[in-house]
Amino acid sequence: MLLDPSPDQEFFRDTTSRFLTDRVPVAEIRRLRHDPAGFGAEYWRSGAELGWTSLLAGDATGGGSIGDYGLVDLTLVAYEFGTHAAPGPLVPTNVVADLLSRHAEAHGDVLTSLVEGTATAAWCFEEPRAGGTVASDGVEITVDGDEVVVRGTKRPVEAAVSADFLLVTGRSGDGLSHVLVPREAPGVRIVPLKSIDITRRYAAVEFTEVRLPATALVGAAGGAAADIERALRVGAVLGCAESVGALQAAFDLTVAWAFDRYSFGRPLASYQELKHRFADMKMWLEASHGISDSAAYAVATQAADAPELVSAAKAYIGHYGGELFQDCMQIHGGIGITFEHDLHLFARRGAANRSNYGTPAEHRARIADIVEYQEANR
Amino acid sequence: MTVESSATDRDVESLDDFRARARTWISANLQRSDFASHIGVLREESSDEEELAAVQRERDLQRALFDAGLAGICVPREYGGQGLTRPYQQVLNEELRGYEYPSRLQVPTFVPCTAVLLEFGTEEQKRRHIPAILKGEELWMQMLSEPSGGSDVAGAVTTAVRDGEDWILNGSKIWTTGAWWSDWALCLVRTNWDVPKNRGLTVFMLPLKQPSIEVHRIEMLSGSSEFCQEYLTDVRVPDSDRIGEVDDGWTVGTRWMFHERMYQNSPYTTIPAGSVRGGSRISELFAVARDAGRLDDPVARDLLGEARALELAKQALNKRVGQGMAARTISDQSASISRLMSGVVESRLVTIGYEFTGADGAAWDEDDGAVAERGVDYLLRQVWCIAGGTTEMARNAISERVLGMPRERSHDPNLAFRDVPKGRAAG
Repeated sequence: MLLDPSPDQEFFRDTTSRFLTDRVPVAEIRRLRHDPAGFGAEYWRSGAELGWTSLLAGDATGGGSIGDYGLVDLTLVAYEFGTHAAPGPLVPTNVVADLLSRHAEAHGDVLTSLVEGTATAAWCFEEPRAGGTVASDGVEITVDGDEVVVRGTKRPVEAAVSADFLLVTGRSGDGLSHVLVPREAPGVRIVPLKSIDITRRYAAVEFTEVRLPATALVGAAGGAAADIERALRVGAVLGCAESVGALQAAFDLTVAWAFDRYSFGRPLASYQELKHRFADMKMWLEASHGISDSAAYAVATQAADAPELVSAAKAYIGHYGGELFQDCMQIHGGIGITFEHDLHLFARRGAANRSNYGTPAEHRARIADIVEYQEANR
Repeated sequence: MTVESSATDRDVESLDDFRARARTWISANLQRSDFASHIGVLREESSDEEELAAVQRERDLQRALFDAGLAGICVPREYGGQGLTRPYQQVLNEELRGYEYPSRLQVPTFVPCTAVLLEFGTEEQKRRHIPAILKGEELWMQMLSEPSGGSDVAGAVTTAVRDGEDWILNGSKIWTTGAWWSDWALCLVRTNWDVPKNRGLTVFMLPLKQPSIEVHRIEMLSGSSEFCQEYLTDVRVPDSDRIGEVDDGWTVGTRWMFHERMYQNSPYTTIPAGSVRGGSRISELFAVARDAGRLDDPVARDLLGEARALELAKQALNKRVGQGMAARTISDQSASISRLMSGVVESRLVTIGYEFTGADGAAWDEDDGAVAERGVDYLLRQVWCIAGGTTEMARNAISERVLGMPRERSHDPNLAFRDVPKGRAAG
């Protein structure tokens, strides 16, 4: 999280922090374990009033920012979602709102409903890999006269179970397209999946000859490549900020434990072996803060090094964040791997984010491509 | 530090004007940097004659920067600097990308030595030495570590005894980089054996080229003999060359080591963006992977991606820690986090380079290109976790000074230093 937020940013962050502490304490998060959506509609509308959904929506639909860049402001909300392991489709709804704001003339009404919190959205992007046991046809988007037809399967899709709108990525010949599909459209089937997270829901989404007016296209048919890259970056940046919040919460819990817990007549915090591990964890944590903020700023300002920084953030936080969570569990001992302890709430969120918007290995591969390109053009 | 507030009453040049001026001067006066220099880890790169010529070239470069108004960007004007702020130094670093620069002078001459002089020196000391440093006339060394103690810097046994208006120094210092071609040194010595160790130290400055100092060069396992050890025999230092108060040298010493840890973030160092010493090894590592024929190997590409991610995370951490300390939102002790990160990242990058080489890492000739010498680099990679304060000390500082965990039990806290055990008891 930013070390030097402006007073307005700090007020904004603190408002969300207090709201989450009040509305979704850990007891409520545990209660939501069996809730189909994983969050309440009224909770989400209240959050929207606090600015959770408007920062990437552009000025026309009541959006706007607190500081210079809406995406940077939004990382403060994402960070607080992490420190609270908070429920709700924060990342997918904002990814979709961001994309719709680039085509607001055609999709202003849906965008407004997302901003107001009366509707939420999911981005249907991932597809089952060919050759795996759940392999199936990827999504094809075909223009047929003044209609558009969607066929195929997306999996996994975060927040599809509760979403009112599905922004679907699919192939159109050699290009890629986006279509905005109402969840109730005929031919849409949503199959809930088990989730690593307590409150975050994922699903497989099947589209069987889903036929919509061509106005459902978001951008030109076959012309979605730039929007996809943008969406991946925004999703990765928000996921990283949220993971940093979760890491901070797990680290703080474990530091407090090290001072409180005595073994052999002295606190755990007095053992050099453990102190040195805390030093490593502090380094991973602060580096995660730093690379997360660098990536957010680069994407917000459309800097040339944004792709590299986003992938570095995903690769670093995904890998070392996982190390940090596991060390927190180890230092807690058996209690750290129980359902009763809060540690797993944060570790789950970090692990879910590690998988979303590209794994560390996928991002390392992207970085290698960037390095090769840079070295060839230096 | 008062660097940020040392605004002057003249019209301050805008950042854009400064950038334009720097760019014009650099392209007209400097050569492109030698891409192949300073790669690897402590390599034996040149003969002594070549090294001395390179040092002279850097003195000349420093003088040229001084004459162009591009030296000591954040050093106050009364000492020959430009009296500007950190962003100007950042602009200079960016404009120097890909050009030669006086790399040997940055550490330790500017950081920590000049930084310590600015913080603790008397007005007369600063006026005498800092302009000379900025002109490339004085290269400085730090005499801190001793053969009898590594991380326990406060356990120094090199001794100064008062003799009228002078002090007489005897003892030995070690791990001084390039002392054989340097001019002056900061030196931490013991002036009182009858108080606990931290309270009996004093800092002096002294000229290195004198008969009572013998400089011995240490050969590292790579064949490099950049590091030195000095033997001081009745070295006479006037009291006017004392820095800080008598027996209060630990106050100076802790800030000295702070400045050293912060060298990549210091307002006093010039480190061209993208240079090897500016924190990027990626071009070098890419060359190894390319010359080893590994660019199409997914395993090697994964490692290349890891290396760049680590570098970028390290840079982002440095930026965060530097900004936080400048804004006083985090304590200066956080410098240890940057130090630890540089140690673990740099050593990992060397390992990755060795991994690229496959079987050729162990046996090579000049036809191997960037693959050559990577095996020796690999053996020496631990230097990143030792030089400049070990990563163990950084971990102690982070856990104790940043996180507030209980300090390691000291066995010598209230003992007069002369009574502290200094080796295995006889018998």
